[in-house]
Amino acid sequence: MELICPAGTPAAFREAVDAGADAVYCGFRDETNARNFPGLNFSRDELKAAIAYARQHGAMTFVAINTFMRAGREKLWHEAVDDAVRLGADAVILADFGLMAYTAERYPEQRLHVSVQASASNADAVNFLVETFRAKRVVLPRILTIPDLARLAKQIRCEIEVFVFGGLCVMAEGRCSLSSYATGKSPNMNGVCSPASHVRYREDGCELVSELGDYTINRFPAGEAAGYPTLCKGRFNVADERGYAFEDPVSLDVMDHVDLLREAGVSALKIEGRQRGKAYVAEVVSVMRRALAANAADRPALISRLRLLSEGQRTTSGAYEKRWR
Amino acid sequence: MTGATLPSLSLGPVLYLWDGPKWRDFYFRIADETPIAHVVIGETVCSKRLHFIEPHVGEVVERLERAGKSVSLASLALVTLEREAQVVRALVRDSTHPIEANDLSALGLLAGKPHSVGPLINVYNGATARLLASRGATSICLPPELPMASVRDIVRDTPGVSFEIFAFGRVPLAISARCAHARSKGLVKDNCQFICGDDPDGLVVETLDRQPFLALNGVQTVSHTCQTLIQELPELIKAGISRIRLSPQDCDMVAVARVFDDAIAGRSLPADAIARLLDAYTGAQFSNGFHYGQQGAAWIADHTLT
Repeated sequence: MELICPAGTPAAFREAVDAGADAVYCGFRDETNARNFPGLNFSRDELKAAIAYARQHGAMTFVAINTFMRAGREKLWHEAVDDAVRLGADAVILADFGLMAYTAERYPEQRLHVSVQASASNADAVNFLVETFRAKRVVLPRILTIPDLARLAKQIRCEIEVFVFGGLCVMAEGRCSLSSYATGKSPNMNGVCSPASHVRYREDGCELVSELGDYTINRFPAGEAAGYPTLCKGRFNVADERGYAFEDPVSLDVMDHVDLLREAGVSALKIEGRQRGKAYVAEVVSVMRRALAANAADRPALISRLRLLSEGQRTTSGAYEKRWR
Repeated sequence: MTGATLPSLSLGPVLYLWDGPKWRDFYFRIADETPIAHVVIGETVCSKRLHFIEPHVGEVVERLERAGKSVSLASLALVTLEREAQVVRALVRDSTHPIEANDLSALGLLAGKPHSVGPLINVYNGATARLLASRGATSICLPPELPMASVRDIVRDTPGVSFEIFAFGRVPLAISARCAHARSKGLVKDNCQFICGDDPDGLVVETLDRQPFLALNGVQTVSHTCQTLIQELPELIKAGISRIRLSPQDCDMVAVARVFDDAIAGRSLPADAIARLLDAYTGAQFSNGFHYGQQGAAWIADHTLT
């Protein structure tokens, strides 16, 4: 199975390649990609240099152009595809049907991957994209169990890539407007979720309150580490019960199930985290590379080392296990 | 409002779990008492709920059609299990009525057949709308998140398709494989006891500062506010919108439909319309922020129209 690693900066890109990534994915510095954060992402020249570096070291470069084209501004997305192809991207990762059609028509030889943001969660959906746009790979939403994946793999005519480590979307990706409901900025339209521009912290008595837009997302008593107010990982009141209504502030870690994923027919394992620093990327990629190569006896020690790198050090295997539902 | 063809009213599927008789009687009233022209029925949120309405679908379709309404059947919004995939395949294969596609599997299976596209399919630009039209889509309900500038461009760039706007109702904001509604009552999805049926208008999610924010509807999360695009009707009509969609809430939807009918025909002023909507949906908090490219929860009073 390929190891697909994130890079938000040219430095992280090189670290990922050096640490043994089979492919590194990244995006341009604008709203064409779903990690459109200040200080992140690549200019055209930086991408060109990154692709050359990857080539020299036998790694591939995937370019994520996985937000939805804004009506009237399609040119920005078209140019992103044009430039990614021209610079030699090994694959473009797309979510928007209109952009997939543009790419398939204009660049029939270009390898097209379906972004998790496209929300293809079943065989008929995936085959629709394979037939219509000649997609070669689909990144599946984090809502399927491993048996679901195994069944799906037998019914589709393209490769499967799944997220195994890093941030966890609780909601079906590409189908969530929670962030724009609170802030006006969404993953689909702006490439951001719960953006920092709308985050505030304030003290209230001995509690630290985190807010997103006009809404309190969490309250932390003294001594509790304050997490970032990602909307779906906030604490709320539901019918007078106070708690994490959607999901605890955990991150995804499915490394315990790597062999099952392989048996299920998964082609590539994806690490989330283009917003993470180069040291994090280097460490995660190198430990994961060794964990994948290790025998069953040596693997647990490596996996526990990985776990220390997870945000808040608490992890879940999420929807990959049925009991999560 | 002269010059443009006036849009018709449509009714989206009931998003919540209502028991069978309540669901049936709701549609009987819609059939008998409202000026709604198009009705989309069917369970879109959770495949576990399908059996609640199945016994009543036949009589509801018959009553609606007898009243002169056109009826479409909605497909599931999230399809992950084989059983769910079979439900969508059977719907596409067997339906004698047009289908509204709500996920990519239905879109794929409906290729070449006339169909409509629901508001949960990501249509953010004209290129996507034209692609769907080339595969058989005849009407598209645009995503509620879309700002007016995008609506205008998409309609202009996609001739031959009827466009619909989500003009009334709590906005479906997210869907998950996990059931937050069941979890909130100490249950899990696989043994949920259909607990979402206790909350026919959704279960409110408040912030820790007691501010109403969202509402749970099984695996779906909807807005606490009720999106209401009524003062915006003139510009929607001018842009060429063909249908104005009302999404059923547990309130007097017959009255809601009449308010919108009056507003479309120019028989009422926006301020009166909003006052009447509040009578029909007591306690509702309205929003229209998405339309203006702002936070969806915002309510922007357009003083030029009142």
